[in-house]
Amino acid sequence: MNLKRYQEVILKPLIDENPITLQILGICSALAVTNNLSVTLVMCIAVISVISFSNLFISLIRNYIPSSIRIIVQMTIIASLVIVVDELLKAYDYETSKRLSVFVGLIITNCIVMGRAEAFAMKEKPLLSFLDGLGNGIGYSIILIGVAFIRELFGAGTLFGIDIMPEWYMSNNLLLLPPSSFIIIGLFIWLIRSFKPTQVEEDDFEVSSHSTAPNLTKQDLNV
Amino acid sequence: MNESVIKTIGVAFAVCLICSLIVSLSAVSLREQQKENKLNDRRVKILEVADIKIEPDQTIAEAFTKLEQKFIDFNTGKLMDEYKNFNIDEYDQLISLKDSTLSSPVPKSEDIAIIKNRENVGKIFILRDDDDNIDKLILPIRGYGLWGTLFGYIALEGDFNTVSGITYYEHKETPGLGAEVDNVDWKKSWIGKKIYQDNQVALTVIKGKVANDDPSKLYKVDGLSGATITGRGVSNMINYWFGNSGYAKLFEELDYES
Repeated sequence: MNLKRYQEVILKPLIDENPITLQILGICSALAVTNNLSVTLVMCIAVISVISFSNLFISLIRNYIPSSIRIIVQMTIIASLVIVVDELLKAYDYETSKRLSVFVGLIITNCIVMGRAEAFAMKEKPLLSFLDGLGNGIGYSIILIGVAFIRELFGAGTLFGIDIMPEWYMSNNLLLLPPSSFIIIGLFIWLIRSFKPTQVEEDDFEVSSHSTAPNLTKQDLNV
Repeated sequence: MNESVIKTIGVAFAVCLICSLIVSLSAVSLREQQKENKLNDRRVKILEVADIKIEPDQTIAEAFTKLEQKFIDFNTGKLMDEYKNFNIDEYDQLISLKDSTLSSPVPKSEDIAIIKNRENVGKIFILRDDDDNIDKLILPIRGYGLWGTLFGYIALEGDFNTVSGITYYEHKETPGLGAEVDNVDWKKSWIGKKIYQDNQVALTVIKGKVANDDPSKLYKVDGLSGATITGRGVSNMINYWFGNSGYAKLFEELDYES
């Protein structure tokens, strides 16, 4: 029973409740850091560790957090973790940290981290929360790596900086620009939802059928 | 009980204290490593533009000893071994920019590269050949592109006119377009170009490709498609740094010397 719950919190966010394609969260970094696979991988590792550990620490002290300042307490913990990750990157992977520039710092504002802290870690036990963070981080990473794969392969003709495409391939520069990830993420959402129709949202309102003008005679119009 | 004022303040204080401890601990313990990374990164770029290979058994610092470092006074063009009490290894002219006694604002009419402030004293790198003649000069340059300032180095041959390499170590240009200033092939196209024609800075990045039969092709570099403004920024930067407020005086000084 318990084991099943652990399994669930890790596996569900991968496809069924993917933070990007179902909840449409964390899009901004998905646009910014996905034009190169190796950079994306580092970003994914950073996000996974921030979500997992913020979930863990917040869950550890969840019973002591006064609800009036809970968001600020969560933010403080998340921000500290992000700074630590940023410092580590600057010390051990300087090249990538230079290319990620501000986007490591912007993990603080990544809605997935905040969302998991508020929605899950504030209620559940530490280990479960940690795994939930891990699951959501991996769910986020799957989409990012998919987007980065397509963007780097067709945008630059390389993977991890190694030339893959044949000589005659003209790389598509649009794919290196951020808007292309909108299109690719859109296609992913379409793909996932056509296999899992339960994810399709209901229309907010129904489009009414168009009306036709009545047959007016010249007399009606007074001409 | 969780909601009492005392408890709220207590929790807030404890969380802040622990978090700040962790953050400052990581910042302090990693600082040395980060400083070295930054220095090495800069040095690799300089070695790259000087076309010095780092041997497999060499550290970056060792390879870097092939280069001679000098301070340059931009107002007189003279090279100096000492400047105030700065250590030449650690001197960073970009930090001097924040100090009004070490830098001076560039008049609007002269500020073609949009750098706003120029350091009074810069740092350049000299590669000497076996006869102790200057083989290459590596000069820092910077200027505004499309989104931000590009920082880089340009290497000149001993005639102080022929380009032997260019590189950028920091910029904010659009990936795939302006960021192609990092493109190896484009950087190669600079090699052999001449900066001055009749004592005027003539080298520019043009729009499109330089024609093979163009009589002034030595003074023109292929433009990067989709990056006209970045290209213009690069041209302006060359124009500024090789003008009178840049390195032009240094070349005069060096000519007298030899």
